[in-house]
Parts: sequence; structure tokens; C-alpha cells
Amino acid sequence: MGCTANGVAAALRAAAGAIAEHRDELVELDRAIGDADHGENMKRGFTAVVSSLDESVPADPAAVLKLAATTLISKVGGAAGPLYGTGFLRAATKIGDAEAPDVVAALRAALEGVQARGKAVEQDKTMVDALLPAVAAAEKAADTEGADIAAVLTAAADAAAQGAESTVDLVARKGRASYLGERSAGHMDPGARSTALILRALAEAAR
Amino acid sequence: MSVGLVLVSHSAKLAEGLAEVAEQMAPEVRIVPAGGLAEGGIGTDYDSVVAAVQRADSGAGVVLLYDLGSAQMTAELAVESLADPEAAVVADAPFVEGTVAAAVAAQAGADRAAVVAAAASAGAPDLGEASVGDGADSVELVLTNDVGLHARPAALLARSIAGLDADVSVVLGEQEADAHSVLALMSLGARKGDRIEIKARGAQATQALGKVKDLVERNFDE
Repeated sequence: MGCTANGVAAALRAAAGAIAEHRDELVELDRAIGDADHGENMKRGFTAVVSSLDESVPADPAAVLKLAATTLISKVGGAAGPLYGTGFLRAATKIGDAEAPDVVAALRAALEGVQARGKAVEQDKTMVDALLPAVAAAEKAADTEGADIAAVLTAAADAAAQGAESTVDLVARKGRASYLGERSAGHMDPGARSTALILRALAEAAR
Repeated sequence: MSVGLVLVSHSAKLAEGLAEVAEQMAPEVRIVPAGGLAEGGIGTDYDSVVAAVQRADSGAGVVLLYDLGSAQMTAELAVESLADPEAAVVADAPFVEGTVAAAVAAQAGADRAAVVAAAASAGAPDLGEASVGDGADSVELVLTNDVGLHARPAALLARSIAGLDADVSVVLGEQEADAHSVLALMSLGARKGDRIEIKARGAQATQALGKVKDLVERNFDE
């Protein structure tokens, strides 16, 4: 069963809620290895997404994701704005009717967009370390007979959480944290954490 | 009509200050600073970058330069969002040196690809490869202006020979710098009272030497 524009909008509202709830945690993670603005920037961006959706929900899932993308690009700033914005923009091109295979394709497209924009690869200690295993897990889950959106997104969220956890030991090779060199190890990457939070919220909304 | 520049920075002051420096060397080029967040503070703002690109474009296209990583992403995203993404391009270059080199190239009428190339090559002016060789035409001059071959005079010199069919270099002691490169000229460190040799080779070598000689004798219009 697919998911309507309203369903996608509801999932984005859930993501906004999760980001707001974890704002302080993201600020603290970013204070350790960045410039302490990730929590506030993401909260501002997703709050703006919710405001846009309150005004009107676009007609189809792709338009909803595109609205989220352009809002995040304008409101988040920093590296996260262009990265999440690009991710949502690319996802919009593949979301179609938001059937389970569409959701998997959208996640794959988001990952490719984020990597094209940020030039990060696995183990650079970035959001890619959460998103890449999430996409792989979603693709694997989709191969299972009768896998629905919730199953696919739950697999993605579980893998993203694990991936975010794995960034603790890594030394950053991209972004502001890379200026710290070895000292960036021992802290979770805030972008990987926010990616995991968003995917968890989407998965729970899909149940 | 020259290629326009957009300076994408985390800081409004940094972008404005750099625009000020570059404008001095390229008075006819549209150089639009896009620094800081819309509500003030440090960061890059997508909407103001898009607006800056539109303002910088007088029909010959736009080159964007950026300071740090996320400014590059914002710049690239802004270019992709244009109605005609071919109209603008993000240059991978050191912010200050690249902007100065790009501005001088744009002032001299370079097209967009040449402006990008000027910016990109601004990172490491290679004085070693500048030699125009023995047997070139040459003239010796003494710098009598106050600041020597500092930024503005270096830019004027490079501009004076832009478009001429000639390889031109400036020699100070053991060092020889490509006279088409503002940064190479500046890194000679030639000061007031220094004796420099201008060498030129090519169909318009004589004109090139004449242009430089005029400029030096006019004290770079200081």
C-alpha cells in the first residue's frame, strides 16, 4: 500500500518533532566537534517545514518532499541545509506513489545526492555513515516478501542508528570537525545522529 | 559586458571587504558579496546567494567563489537551481587570491571559462615557469611609484597587456614572473626604486613593452 501526500506530510511533522525534542542533544554533539549550531539550525529548518505544511499540503508525495527540500535549504544554513535539501530534492524525484519500492529508491537517491553534494564517503564521520547503511538495509528489507513501507523504514532506521553509533570512534575527514583531526574521535557525528533521528521518526509514522 | 563575480562567504564583512579589494582592480566588473546569514551572524544563506547571482549577471555569465566547505555547497546548489544552470559556475580557488585573479581576468574581458581558469591557477603562481627565454625583446625600467608592484599596480600592469599576442614577463634580480598573473607579479615583491626588466616575445611584443613602459613612467597613475 502506498502513502498519500498527507501521509508524507505527517511523517515530516514527526521528523520535525523528533528534531525539536533532540535539539539540545544535537547542539551538544556539535559543540564537541563543530560549531554548536546543528541542533538549532535543524530545529529552525524543520519548524519552517511544518509551518509551510500548515499553510497547505501539496498535491502529491513528490511535491511535499520538494517543499521540505526548498524550505530546509533556505532555513537550515551551514552544511546541513544544502545536504539535507539536496537529499530531499533527489528523494522527491523517485518517491512516485510512495509504495515501498519507491521509498527505497527515494532513500537511495537521497544518499547519492548527499554524497554528490558533500563528497563524503563511508567512515568520513558524516551523515553518510548513517544514511549509507540505512539505504542498504532498506534495499535488503524490500526483498522480503510482503515488505511494507514501515518494514523498509524500520530497517533503515535501525541501520542508521547503528551507523551513527559507529561514528563515535571515527576521525573526521570532512566538514568543520575535520579541522580537529584525531581529537574529533570519541564523539558521535551530529549529522549522522540527526539522520538517524529523522529516519526513526519516519519509520514510526509509517506504522 | 564582463563576467560577474559572486563572493560567497560565511561572513558579510569578509565578502564585502574582499569585494572592495577586487573592485579596486576591476572597476567595471559586477562583484556582488553574499556573506553571512540574512538575519546577521556567521553562515551562508542560500536565498541571498541566488539573489546575488542574478544581480551579478549582466549577460556574460557569473563565476562564484567561496570561502569554506559549506559555502561551496550553498554556491553549487544555487547554481543548480538557476533557470539556466549554464549561466554560472563555481570556481574551486583560494578565496582571496582567486577572487583577485578572477576580477582582473573579467575586467580584461575574459570569458567565463578563462575567468575560472584565472581563479583556479591563483593558488600557486609558479615563478619558475614564467621565463619567456633568451632573445626576447626587453626594456629595463625603474619603479618610481610609492608602492612598487603592489596589488593595484600589478593589476594595472597585467591588464595593460591583456589581449595582446605576446608572452610577457617581469624580471627582478634572479626572479622572473609571468606579467599576465597579478599574483606572480605581486610575489616578486618589487618596490619603489627597484630596477625591473620587462621581457616580451610574440607578434605584439613591442606594443606590450610600450604599454608597460608607459604605465611605469606614469607611476601607475598614482
